[in-house]
Amino acid sequence: MKHIVIIGNGIAGITAARHIRKKSDHAITIISDETEYFYSRTALMYIYMGHMEYHHTKPYEDWFWSKNKLQLLKDYVKSVNTEDKTLTLRDHDSITYDILIIASGSTPNKFGWPGQDLKGVTGLYGIPDLQTMEQYTQNIDQAIVVGGGLIGIEMAEMLHSRKIPVTMLVRESSFWNRVLPAEESAMVNRHIGEHDIDLQLDTELDRIESDTEGRVRSVITKSGKEIECQFVGLTVGVHPNINFLEGSEIEIDKGVLVDEYLATSVPDVYAIGDCAQHREPRPGRKPVEQIWYTGRIQGETLAYTLCGTKTAYQPGIFFNSAKFIDIEYQVYGEINTDPAEDEEHLYWEHADGRKSIRIAYKKDNGNVIGFNLMGIRYRHEVCEMWIKNKTSIREVLKHLYQANFDPEFFDTYEQYLVNKFNQLHPQHPVKTSKKLLWGIFSKK
Amino acid sequence: MGHIFQKITFMKILKNIGLTLFIVANLLLIALLFLGQYSLNKQGLQQELGSHSHFEMVLKEFEPMLGNTYYSKFEFISQIENNLNEVNQSILQEYQIIEEDINRIVDSLKQTDDNLTYQKDVIEHSFPGNNELSAFKKKQLQDYTGWLEGRQFQTEDELRTQLQSTVENINQGIISQMGFSQNRIKNLKYSLTKAANTGVVANKNFILLLGTIGLGILGSLLYILPGVNLLPGIKHNHIFHSSNKNKGIIGIVVGALLILFYIILYWYPEYITEWVLLVDPLSLWLKNAPASQWFFYGLLYTLAILVMGIRMFIKYRHSKYHIIRTSSVMFFQLAFAFLIPEILLRLNKPSMDLKNIWPLNYNFFFDYNLEQLTTSGALGTFMLVWGIVLALIAVPVLSYFFGKRWYCSWVCGCGGLAETLGDPYRQLSDKSLKAWSVERWMIHSVLVVVTIMTIGTIYTYLTQTSTLMGVNTYRFREIYGFIIGAAFAGVIGVGFYPLMGNRVWCRFGCPLAAYLGLVQRFKSRFRITTNGGQCISCGNCSTYCEMGIDVRWYAQRGQNIIRSSCVGCGVCSSVCPRGVLKLENKDEKGRFGEPILIGNDGVKAIN
Repeated sequence: MKHIVIIGNGIAGITAARHIRKKSDHAITIISDETEYFYSRTALMYIYMGHMEYHHTKPYEDWFWSKNKLQLLKDYVKSVNTEDKTLTLRDHDSITYDILIIASGSTPNKFGWPGQDLKGVTGLYGIPDLQTMEQYTQNIDQAIVVGGGLIGIEMAEMLHSRKIPVTMLVRESSFWNRVLPAEESAMVNRHIGEHDIDLQLDTELDRIESDTEGRVRSVITKSGKEIECQFVGLTVGVHPNINFLEGSEIEIDKGVLVDEYLATSVPDVYAIGDCAQHREPRPGRKPVEQIWYTGRIQGETLAYTLCGTKTAYQPGIFFNSAKFIDIEYQVYGEINTDPAEDEEHLYWEHADGRKSIRIAYKKDNGNVIGFNLMGIRYRHEVCEMWIKNKTSIREVLKHLYQANFDPEFFDTYEQYLVNKFNQLHPQHPVKTSKKLLWGIFSKK
Repeated sequence: MGHIFQKITFMKILKNIGLTLFIVANLLLIALLFLGQYSLNKQGLQQELGSHSHFEMVLKEFEPMLGNTYYSKFEFISQIENNLNEVNQSILQEYQIIEEDINRIVDSLKQTDDNLTYQKDVIEHSFPGNNELSAFKKKQLQDYTGWLEGRQFQTEDELRTQLQSTVENINQGIISQMGFSQNRIKNLKYSLTKAANTGVVANKNFILLLGTIGLGILGSLLYILPGVNLLPGIKHNHIFHSSNKNKGIIGIVVGALLILFYIILYWYPEYITEWVLLVDPLSLWLKNAPASQWFFYGLLYTLAILVMGIRMFIKYRHSKYHIIRTSSVMFFQLAFAFLIPEILLRLNKPSMDLKNIWPLNYNFFFDYNLEQLTTSGALGTFMLVWGIVLALIAVPVLSYFFGKRWYCSWVCGCGGLAETLGDPYRQLSDKSLKAWSVERWMIHSVLVVVTIMTIGTIYTYLTQTSTLMGVNTYRFREIYGFIIGAAFAGVIGVGFYPLMGNRVWCRFGCPLAAYLGLVQRFKSRFRITTNGGQCISCGNCSTYCEMGIDVRWYAQRGQNIIRSSCVGCGVCSSVCPRGVLKLENKDEKGRFGEPILIGNDGVKAIN
């Protein structure tokens, strides 16, 4: 029986802990400086907006940990000594490990803007940031959100719920257009505007000005415009939280370097989740994956290895999802912002401008490689199967209704996408197979 | 700043006006209770009690108060109660079996049998007279001592003690038989008060109806309608910042008022006769007969569902599932629970809520109901068959195809109120594992109890005997009606909305829910599918599940949700920000499925 110590109680570390416990009797200690218990940081925005309270965001009741013999420790790891296999903590005595899992997550980026450490300026990653937001957004007149990505849009929605006017400073020419194709990105631009959030594209932050008490007073953009504000959210991405590993033997770069088995350069030390950097990223994937799902998958994978079945990290077909204020977003497979040389994109958008379906497929054999959904829910299982099986676009369109995951009685739009395809290929139109009576009696 | 905030400010003003009007309407409604004047005349008394066997005694007791105007309902009601109790005492004085009577019986027995072996015949000898009083006493004693026949008493004292105990029972029974039982007094307090109410409400009830209930509806709509200005989508902002919706002082006060209302409605309706008079015009229009407190309640109930149903239309206008489902409960309440029963009364036919199914409708198999249905022609027979078919066929068949949601969140009246009036409080349900354990044993116990009770009452109906295996079926009914029918379903069921959520009755008490739930859990096509690996464990689904199901626990491990308590309201699916949940009916096979989170091909290859 080994003593496994996990630094970090986010989704990666906790998933690893749970699966290790299911498969073994190893002693497990989970250290976190953020919170006593695991909570879902994806729900931070909902706490601020009053949709939930903090305790609602804890996926497991508090008795779960002791019941499953998962030791929790609230403390900060100051350094790691891989020679002695000990961790020096801030408050408690040092502890020793047999196996160390580093799952310390991310920390928000700051790019050296003057004033970035003023009061009222914060990123949004964890509970302390939420508390900062609460403190500095009471009765303010104007807020600025720097950065046009997933956290930025969440922060804008949060501030909007408190009736705080928001101006977003987005460097790109269209919202999140490094990931979203042009039409979907334009949809988000419009949607942000519908909420009277001031979206300033092609705009970069230059510096943040202070008042006499060290609190933010205004921001200045690179083009010289000054905007008065009392709160600034910096949401320009995150980087692995690994400062505490400097000086240790563990090889780090942007993140903790790991191989396909999630092992670091030091034996018995592993890294998973946001803080890990894959030496050889999986095909089509980035070296550092800062997504909830991949953290979960890596945690589970590592647990198998540590309990006797050496398993490589194989995340399968890519998927992700988000919500741009009221518009839900789902992606399955590979969706490039512009179709590659050998790709076609089939795109349909609803007249209300808030829903769309995009399917990417290979030009030569018609194999479907990706789905992009806005405002319409699709079935993960079905989309993944089509992509894995290299199903042709015609076959997919014929059975596209099977992918629909919207609630019963909702209008379905698959026929519109098929019609669009048929307009482009009038000689060989696709005929869809329909469901009878909303599929009340269907087998599938 | 931007015009959306100006729009929001304008909305806020309208909502505040609406809220103010609503509160004013409620205050006016309560104020009406103190504007009553009560004057009982001989005609009123005659109407209620003219047929009573001892009406002259009653008249004599009530004489002093006839024609007098009381300005305090407490005084008036108290006087009524006193009078009736006095009549009871007088009757008791006259008819009760006294010590002297017992002595004569004992002596009589001693004369006939040294061994003190009891024979009913001694009673005949103990009352030599031939008047009405003697005859009455003799009959009572004979009826009540039949079981003592042939029993030998060791000592005179033993005999005397036994007789005294029996006589006590008889004397208590005398009041029920010839005087006024507690139940009768309760009903008379209400009917006499209503008949005697000559205050402003009795005279200007239509205007006051508009000014209270009408104003309340107007205020509510003003509060609700501005919601159309928000962009469509889930807008649960500030629910947990709200004093009303998060068990703050407002929520507690609302809960207390609701509980108080139910207690008064069920057990002290004589104090709200002004409210019943208020809705007399409506009742007369609908069924040509004056209202009862139940008509008043039914009216408020229906209005609540309709008005708060409109709120659901606005809140969920982006979701056809909710719009159709809400329309369904509004229709069933208005047509089946309110209008049809009233119209049937108007036509002098047997009257029932045709969507109320046994065992929720626990009266259905009671003898008086079976009696009424079997003697009311074709319609009565139809209703009897309908009730049986619903309980034995519709429940399992429809639940097989659709899960129990076909009833619990689409048809049922309790469910209808929960989904409309109760929607603001759904997040207050207890999600803990502990609550689930309590739920399971409690709700199934109620099902067992109601089944036993029903067997008992059917037995009584068929065999005309009131005891089955030592239990008095009438008493059982009374207790069940009090605890489950009134206290649990009514007081706790609705009164606890702002305290424990909108489905306390449905989750912990409703036997029909237990029955439907068993079908849903073991033999149904219904499930809530979880979408592969998309769950981010945010917790919105569990938070907004009104039945306290920890939906997230299933979603985050990729497992279909099939729980006997799930009423299929669909809110979890709506509040999920990543499209992880879908209510659907599909092939029964493989319904439970393996918990599988799509995405980990490394692990999938191993497994």
